[in-house]
Amino acid sequence: MSKNYINALLKPFRESKVVESLLKLFESGVNKSAGAAVGVKNEVPAGRSGAAQYSTGVRKVTLIPGHGIGPEITVAVQKIFEAAKVPIEWDEVDVTAVRGPDGKFGIPQKAIDSVNANKIGLKGPLMTPVGKGYRSLNLALRKEFDLYANVRPCKSLDGIKTLYDNVDVVTIRENTEGEYSGIEHEIVDGVVQSIKLITEEASKRVAEFAFQFAQDNKRKKVTAVHKANIMRMSDGLFLRCCRDLATKYPGVTFEERYLDTVCLNMVQDPSKFDVLVMPNLYGDIMSDMCSGLVGGLGLTPSGNIGKNGALFESVHGTAPSIAGQDKANPTALLLSGVMMLRHLRMYDFADRIEGACFAVLKEGRVLTEDLGGKSSCTDYTNEIIRNMN
Amino acid sequence: MAVRLLSKIRLVPELRGAAYSSAAAQLSDFEVQHKTPVIRKQKIIPVAQYGGRHAVTMLPGGGIGPEVMGYVREIFKYIGAPIDFEVVDIDPTVDNDEDVQYAITTIKRNGVGLKGNIETKSEAAYVTSRNVALRNELDMYAYVLNCKSFPGVPTRHKDIDVVIIRQNTEGEYAMLEHESVYGVIESMKVVTATNSERVCRFAFEFAKRNGRKKVTTVHKANIMKLSDGLFLETSRRLARDEYPEIEHNDMIIDNCCMQLVAKPHQFDVMLMTNLYGSIVSNVVCGLLGGAGLLSGRNYGDHYAVFEPGTRNTGTAIAGKNIANPIAMINASVDMLEHLGHHYHADLIRRAVNKTINVDKIVTPDVGGTASSTEVVNNIMVNIGKMARG
Repeated sequence: MSKNYINALLKPFRESKVVESLLKLFESGVNKSAGAAVGVKNEVPAGRSGAAQYSTGVRKVTLIPGHGIGPEITVAVQKIFEAAKVPIEWDEVDVTAVRGPDGKFGIPQKAIDSVNANKIGLKGPLMTPVGKGYRSLNLALRKEFDLYANVRPCKSLDGIKTLYDNVDVVTIRENTEGEYSGIEHEIVDGVVQSIKLITEEASKRVAEFAFQFAQDNKRKKVTAVHKANIMRMSDGLFLRCCRDLATKYPGVTFEERYLDTVCLNMVQDPSKFDVLVMPNLYGDIMSDMCSGLVGGLGLTPSGNIGKNGALFESVHGTAPSIAGQDKANPTALLLSGVMMLRHLRMYDFADRIEGACFAVLKEGRVLTEDLGGKSSCTDYTNEIIRNMN
Repeated sequence: MAVRLLSKIRLVPELRGAAYSSAAAQLSDFEVQHKTPVIRKQKIIPVAQYGGRHAVTMLPGGGIGPEVMGYVREIFKYIGAPIDFEVVDIDPTVDNDEDVQYAITTIKRNGVGLKGNIETKSEAAYVTSRNVALRNELDMYAYVLNCKSFPGVPTRHKDIDVVIIRQNTEGEYAMLEHESVYGVIESMKVVTATNSERVCRFAFEFAKRNGRKKVTTVHKANIMKLSDGLFLETSRRLARDEYPEIEHNDMIIDNCCMQLVAKPHQFDVMLMTNLYGSIVSNVVCGLLGGAGLLSGRNYGDHYAVFEPGTRNTGTAIAGKNIANPIAMINASVDMLEHLGHHYHADLIRRAVNKTINVDKIVTPDVGGTASSTEVVNNIMVNIGKMARG
């Protein structure tokens, strides 16, 4: 058998997390716990390390327009950033899956190289074609850049009237494992098993990120959401990792709540919560519920933080029915861009653009159709640019 | 068969006598046993009844359980309901299962139970949650939560009328976990075809017999393709083949949560697996005013247990006389209806509705100022007036 064939056979085994942990176990040996702690601390937060940067201080950022309304809203965001004179150069790539030499569909190498070099990306909505052979592109990006934490700040916007006024919640969700490990099988006819995987390494990573985030953004409280009364070992492990890290951040209050209690209280009084950290499935549901409280996915920014980079994206769909008609609402992508600026420590620009956007929304005169107005995407963009000066 | 149990649910008087599903009515016992394995053997176990009185197991549980059970007993004594309670106290600090086994035996003997939330203080991984153990042992596979808005309680959404039917025994609550390697934990979610079929059939029969128009299946089959896919396929198949007159659609859980906080009126009957049921029932209870108002019913082929809707212990408010007794009182009313004591059930329910909606004497968790004892006294005064008038 050829070497390539053996490599191909062993590839899933090598890539699996269980083997990684096994190897680590053998490697570190006696200094197991010390090794793990050092490993976590050694991770340089993405975006700060020397990434592609011109000597003039202009930052290069990968831009993935996406499908459907993606191209229009990315153009809108680019216009606004240009008007604000943000020192960013956009590196536009296309992530439509191409067939690689092994016959499987994957992200084109050019895109991978671009994000690896720039370490920061801004992504529009992607459409995964239904059919055999296409893996979900979102999932592929996540795996490629090892994005382990998904951050979604949900803040009530002045001018967008919902039934909830005082929402200011950030949901931080573990992005790589948990219930979405995709390990399922049918043991006997009619009995299906799905495996939820929780590892100490991933839980520690996301908990550390949550506390660091809370500290950096001057948040007061971190709540761990779990179901450890039922899933004792798995959520128990997650909880223990959070508790351990809480001791290292004394300035931030830590509490733990059951998932049902959080759901119950969130719809009654969202002001009780500040930063929520949780495993994959609960995070998915809670983050969507919180964005429902503030007005929907069309207004919520989202960021994925990873070891090798950070990817900020808009989480709404591609809306193919209004694509190309200048009707799209670029707010979600714009606010994600603002999150990206804050991640890059360009706080002044972030504040300016965000302030302008909020002012336009509050005034309510120039709004796109999905928010109840009659203006086009270009009008809305121009209004924001006008409000910045 | 669950369908047989539905006949015990308070319906139009004509249907109250029907004990067999339409499909099973034409089959002999032999055929039912051997040719239709899904329809279980039709054997009605007589519920213990002595001199017209029923014996019912009462499990106070922990937290606010004992006090609200006391109120239920007071009310029953006042109206002379023909129910004898067999109280089983489960000690949360003891690790062995004797108490729980005894409780299960009494429920098997009596057929009906009324329970609070049982605490399982031990956090050890091998100790099963006692509530889960009870449900699994008695094979109570369907949980019904009837969510109807109370006009007298101030909420953001008005006139919600949703029924949540939740698979109660398997799914994510299988409690099968193990640690393969240090720091890597697997938790199994088990979905079987038989259980899915039973609960889906129960949901459709419920909708049919109660005049409900639409059943929505809530799932996450885009990610958990095999497990939630099996559940979804079962519900779709039943909708298409056996209940074409009932409208059926499905929704992904995160979208469902978003829709629930924005537009809850689009839902009628919701059908889902265990964990999503927990989340959605807590969200809807929150929308309706809190954990203290609604009651849920656990149905199995032979046993029925009634409890407050969201399974909270309420340890924080125990002993302070501010706990909301309405949930447990509603559960006891459900129990009376199940046993056929319609006069008493009606009396208590009308009194409770008058207290909440007309007199507006409610506890602080729904915005009132009364104590628990005041609420209970008001209910008894109302019962007195209605019984005489």
